[in-house]
Amino acid sequence: MLESNKDSAKLDAMKRIVGMIAKGKNASELFPAVVKNVASKNIEIKKLVYVYLVRYAEEQQDLALLSISTFQRALKDPNQLIRASALRVLSSIRVPIIVPIMMLAIKEASADLSPYVRKNAAHAIQKLYSLDPEQKEMLIEVIEKLLKDKSTLVAGSVVMAFEEVCPDRIDLIHKNYRKLCNLLVDVEEWGQVVIIHMLTRYARTQFVSPWKEDDGLEDNEKNFYESDDEQKEKTDQRKKPYTMDPDHRLLIRNTKPLLQSRNAAVVMAVAQLYWHISPKSEVGIISKSLVRLLRSNREVQYIVLQNIATMSIQRKGMFEPYLKSFYVRSTDPTMIKTLKLEILTNLANEANISTLLREFQTYVKSQDKQFAAATIQTIGRCATNISEVTDTCLNGLVCLLSNRDEIVVAESVVVIKKLLQMQPAQHGEIIKHMAKLLDSITVPVARASILWLIGENCERVPKIAPDVLRKMAKSFTSEDDLVKLQILNLGAKLYLTNSRQTKLLTQYILNLGKYDQNYDIRDRTRFIRQLIVPNEKSGALSKYAKKIFLAQKPAPLLESPFKDRDHFQLGTLSHTLNTKANGYLELSNWPEVAPDPSVRNVEIIELAKEWTPAGKTKKDNAAKKFYSESEEEEDSSDSSSDSESESESASGEQDEEGGSSDDSSEDSSSEHRSDSESASEVGDKRTAKRNSKSNGKSDSEDGEKENEKSKTSDSFSADSGSEEESSSGSESESESEFESRKVAKEKEKNKTKQDRNPLTKDVSLLDLDDFNPVSTPVAFPTPALSPSLIADLEGLNLSTSSSVISVNTPVFVPVKTHVLLHRMSGRGLAAHYFFPRQPCIFGDKMVSIQITLNNTTDRKIENIHIGGKKLPMGMQMHVFNPIESLEPEGSITVSVGIDFCDSTQTASFQLCTKDDCFNVNIQPPVGELLLPVTMSEKDFKKEQGMLTGMNETSTVIIAAPQNFTPSVILQKVVNVANVGVVPSGQDNIHRFAAKTVHSGSLMLVTVELKEGSTAQLIINTERTVIGSVLLRELKPVLSQG
Amino acid sequence: MIHSLFLINSSGDIFLEKHWKSVVSRSVCDYFFEAQERATEAENVPPVIPTPHHYLLSVYRHKIFFVAVIQTEVPPLFVIEFLHRVVDTFQDYFGVCSEPVIKDNVVVVYEVLEEMLDNGFPLATESNILKELIKPPTILRTVVNTITGSTNVGDQLPTGQLSVVPWRRTGVKYTNNEAYFDVIEEIDAIIDKSGSTITAEIQGVIDACVKLTGMPDLTLSFMNPRLLDDVSFHPCVRFKRWESERILSFIPPDGNFRLLSYHVSAQNLVAIPVYVKHSISFRDSSSLGRFEITVGPKQTMGKTIEGVMVTSQMPKGVLNMSLAPSQGTHTFDPVTKMLSWDVGKINPQKLPSLKGTMSLQAGASKPDENPTINLQFKIQQLAISGLKVNRLDMYGEKYKPFKGIKYMTKAGKFQVRT
Repeated sequence: MLESNKDSAKLDAMKRIVGMIAKGKNASELFPAVVKNVASKNIEIKKLVYVYLVRYAEEQQDLALLSISTFQRALKDPNQLIRASALRVLSSIRVPIIVPIMMLAIKEASADLSPYVRKNAAHAIQKLYSLDPEQKEMLIEVIEKLLKDKSTLVAGSVVMAFEEVCPDRIDLIHKNYRKLCNLLVDVEEWGQVVIIHMLTRYARTQFVSPWKEDDGLEDNEKNFYESDDEQKEKTDQRKKPYTMDPDHRLLIRNTKPLLQSRNAAVVMAVAQLYWHISPKSEVGIISKSLVRLLRSNREVQYIVLQNIATMSIQRKGMFEPYLKSFYVRSTDPTMIKTLKLEILTNLANEANISTLLREFQTYVKSQDKQFAAATIQTIGRCATNISEVTDTCLNGLVCLLSNRDEIVVAESVVVIKKLLQMQPAQHGEIIKHMAKLLDSITVPVARASILWLIGENCERVPKIAPDVLRKMAKSFTSEDDLVKLQILNLGAKLYLTNSRQTKLLTQYILNLGKYDQNYDIRDRTRFIRQLIVPNEKSGALSKYAKKIFLAQKPAPLLESPFKDRDHFQLGTLSHTLNTKANGYLELSNWPEVAPDPSVRNVEIIELAKEWTPAGKTKKDNAAKKFYSESEEEEDSSDSSSDSESESESASGEQDEEGGSSDDSSEDSSSEHRSDSESASEVGDKRTAKRNSKSNGKSDSEDGEKENEKSKTSDSFSADSGSEEESSSGSESESESEFESRKVAKEKEKNKTKQDRNPLTKDVSLLDLDDFNPVSTPVAFPTPALSPSLIADLEGLNLSTSSSVISVNTPVFVPVKTHVLLHRMSGRGLAAHYFFPRQPCIFGDKMVSIQITLNNTTDRKIENIHIGGKKLPMGMQMHVFNPIESLEPEGSITVSVGIDFCDSTQTASFQLCTKDDCFNVNIQPPVGELLLPVTMSEKDFKKEQGMLTGMNETSTVIIAAPQNFTPSVILQKVVNVANVGVVPSGQDNIHRFAAKTVHSGSLMLVTVELKEGSTAQLIINTERTVIGSVLLRELKPVLSQG
Repeated sequence: MIHSLFLINSSGDIFLEKHWKSVVSRSVCDYFFEAQERATEAENVPPVIPTPHHYLLSVYRHKIFFVAVIQTEVPPLFVIEFLHRVVDTFQDYFGVCSEPVIKDNVVVVYEVLEEMLDNGFPLATESNILKELIKPPTILRTVVNTITGSTNVGDQLPTGQLSVVPWRRTGVKYTNNEAYFDVIEEIDAIIDKSGSTITAEIQGVIDACVKLTGMPDLTLSFMNPRLLDDVSFHPCVRFKRWESERILSFIPPDGNFRLLSYHVSAQNLVAIPVYVKHSISFRDSSSLGRFEITVGPKQTMGKTIEGVMVTSQMPKGVLNMSLAPSQGTHTFDPVTKMLSWDVGKINPQKLPSLKGTMSLQAGASKPDENPTINLQFKIQQLAISGLKVNRLDMYGEKYKPFKGIKYMTKAGKFQVRT
């Protein structure tokens, strides 16, 4: 059927085969037929083939190789689900030959855009590691990279891989520690378990102990916990010189909400984290959650009870309020019953023992005899632990001796024996009673216990003891070995104390023992005979025989079987089994001195530094990020200082503007300096274009122009000419303005304002419905005031500070590179490109792009150049000079400039070598179509006020508050878009400004933090399309963790 | 992590096996069978069994053992919780989780298991997401599939998997927008011989059935949230709002889910709604014993008690019982010694009772403990703790949903010692 052409027949066949696999039947002989279908179009057939492959590939390695190429192709599929599943199956095929292919696939997938694929890459790491441990080093690199991933989807899986591959490389965690702590709540539940366990180990190595030195004291205090809780603890805390590392606190605080998880494993993981690393005073909060888990399935109960049992030994106080939750129900399975009993015993104290004993009485009568026996043991332990009730317990146990059930009686005897051993003096009566029981009890352990007791106390019951011995001598041969040994002991003891009555009896017993079948008994007989029966050969030892036999014996301690489990980490398999399981990682002891906490500091702090003093730190940072950057940086700063003087001399108007404008020209002129000579030419070109565009546009367009006009203050050296001309071309009123350029600065300003005021008013009136007061809290106040007043106000504004908007150097240059040409498809020529965010030297409307070419072949590649260009309308491209040759392993970086016309359309062109041509394309992220500008807060508000209505797009972002720290927001925004930071007077509002490269329109980004974990993201620009694209890109970045 | 999974039925046959790493021979289950033999009852099989090279972790549900094989250290609860999740998923997919059903749908089971685990680490366990990846079988779909040749395997990554709300899929549409919430409380209690309460607790859950279009954002507030002592939430509930305002705010998953489970603080006295009068006596000499129980209402706040069911495990010595109920039906299984009496509704005017004699094994001594009585009952329209939902609001969508809230009190583990 597999050969059939019809999908349905194939599917049917595959289903049957999978059915066979499921039943465990061997279907391997079908391998060749199945493998053929791996490329099937039908996704269900494909999946079933995958299932089959993973199951049998190991057995049929050669044939399995046939399928590999299909997966390699699928790894490049645009559908992320298919990429992921291809990687999954590829890595699941345990064929050693394909290890290099897997390695490559993992590396690529770990840089995939889809977090789902990256998650699968993390899984694949473990698979590859188990297939070939030699790859460890390479895999660790990938793990390191994935650990930096910010997606919550990936976090759990990569930590799992970390635990499996290199759990000892704790240094990889440092940088990611805080991120992991903060993301924890959002990670899927299985990942949470793994991360919490890992962080517990981490915390134990990196922080000093929060526990007090004198644990004993702590233990005495434990009873107070519930009653006079935190107040006291806090004062205690303050007294101590110890202060907790903030990171340590972070972990403890961030895990707390997870106690409310519905997943028992998560709750348990948090509980063990608190148990192992939190200060003892805070452990109490976990008990409530653990008790809640007891309502769950029996398996969960079993594990949780085991852990509670261990905890309750050390810290009774924690679970005391929940005593009644551990009461046993008759329907519980036996293992649960015994565990509950164990906990009840641990929790018993003077205050609650009477209630507990009453409860125990019902248990003793249980139909489940195994459980009844365990209860008796428990009573014995309570009796030894709490001296007040020893007598009560003893009496109760003696009553049980008359029970009809033998197991119960036997157990009681054993327990009574242990109890009596502790305080033998007063209990002659009980011993007599027990001696009588010898006739009826048949359980060997109980009989042996009674005999032992009588032997120990033979001096206190002088009449009975010999009689018992007589009876036992009669039945010696039919007794159990255990009992026989005790008979021998009893005989020996009586011989020593009361040889007159028992000499003959003892000798008789010794004779019997001499010929016993069991060698232990024969041994013991010989030993005792030599020791106690005086003969000529007996050595010095016999003198001490009495001391040897009747020495004071220490009473046995009745201890919990959970006593020794506490050295295992709670909640682990090893703890459950009480043996070390494979791959168990010891929880290390607290370090004496905390290792350097600064290792956990992440770049966030560097970034924060980066923009505050602006100057030197930025340069440092840039140097760190990308080596070639530093030079350019220096260049530009050099040139800007040069241009300072130049620009001052070149443009007369600027002098009039005063000090503040000087600053702006300083920053901006560097970019435009090169063009300044040709300013008029460029201006002409632009005017033409602008004219064609701006004809017949709406009011909002006017607003746009306003915007530009105000920007005229932004260095006249390059743009001003074109600005004025363009406006003159389109509207009459600006003709006066054209003149005003030559007139004094102030005058011009006033004019612009005058014609601006009515315009802005128009805009706001038209868009009144859309006008959202919340979204523009910094809105320009004009509409509310009378025009004349506004003019005055504006005049005031101007006199205090003139509007300063100028192009700036980028705040941050991302190091992310994009693949232009893969080396596989480029026959060894690889090309990557990235956006250096520098103004382009080929033209001021172009975005500069740096392309790095690598030769991965072993021969020279000659004559690399750009061939045919297929650019959308209006786009222009400045190519690099042809490269004559590129040595093997050599690489070269060239820059090109592309004018994208402020659109995100793809620029396609051909990258050619001497022999080949490759089609490649560059699609710019919208954030790279911008140039950062600096402006003051006031200017920003002013510009924003003019770009309301249609020019404004906004959205609400929801994210965790830790993502809303200024540095985080800054980092995220500048990472996505090349914008400049506008200093903000308010803590909760962050502003960024930029202009588009081609048209120079302003792009204003505002992030306003609201109550709770929401924020409003507002973008004001006249290029509404780009604005909304940018909004779409910024939103997920800001809202993700 | 999880290496392999074996499904074993009650007669000890392995009827399904699935391996996520290299194949583990099914002979590893011999250790499990050994433990099973030792434990006599299925309930008593230890959940964790060590073998020389592997560890077997098992859960027992619906008369099937789900045995996971693992090789290295792993938190046992992790595996156990996962296995329970598997069972829940099967139940969700097929309605019931039983051997014949699993055998019939073996391919779907296999596909689901494949998606749930990758290399032994859970991948997608949210049933909403799984259902988008692999559609649950229905008769209609089977018919359609055979005709059109389409498959029940989705080829797109479910949107939920990547979004911030992985539990909800996008593009949900209903013509009737409804949201129902059931507040169900269970009383766990142990009552002693004399009728006084030894321990009593209330555990509650809020189960929801939400069928709303789009991405609704709901808030649910209580009249008396202080009652809730300890809570655990569905991941959709925003913990911060609960901490600060004691309000449940969430974007609900689509369909049925458990929103919240809670525990009512132990300080509050629990009203026990029923009492049981009993007189059970065995005599040493004769081989007959007397048996009489009466069930009556107590503190029910005027509501009727329904669905009353009395079960009791009789001592081994009891051979047979001849009983006469005043209402309902009763059965006694002489093999398991289980007595059950289906009472039905309690009429306060005429209390139901069950009277009769027990015949005991001749010669055997009288059992030293009277049997405990387990009680089941239901009370509609009442949350015994007094918890009340104040209001339910919806944001984010324009339409007006139909809202409904139902209260119910049930007996949980309710035992009367005699």
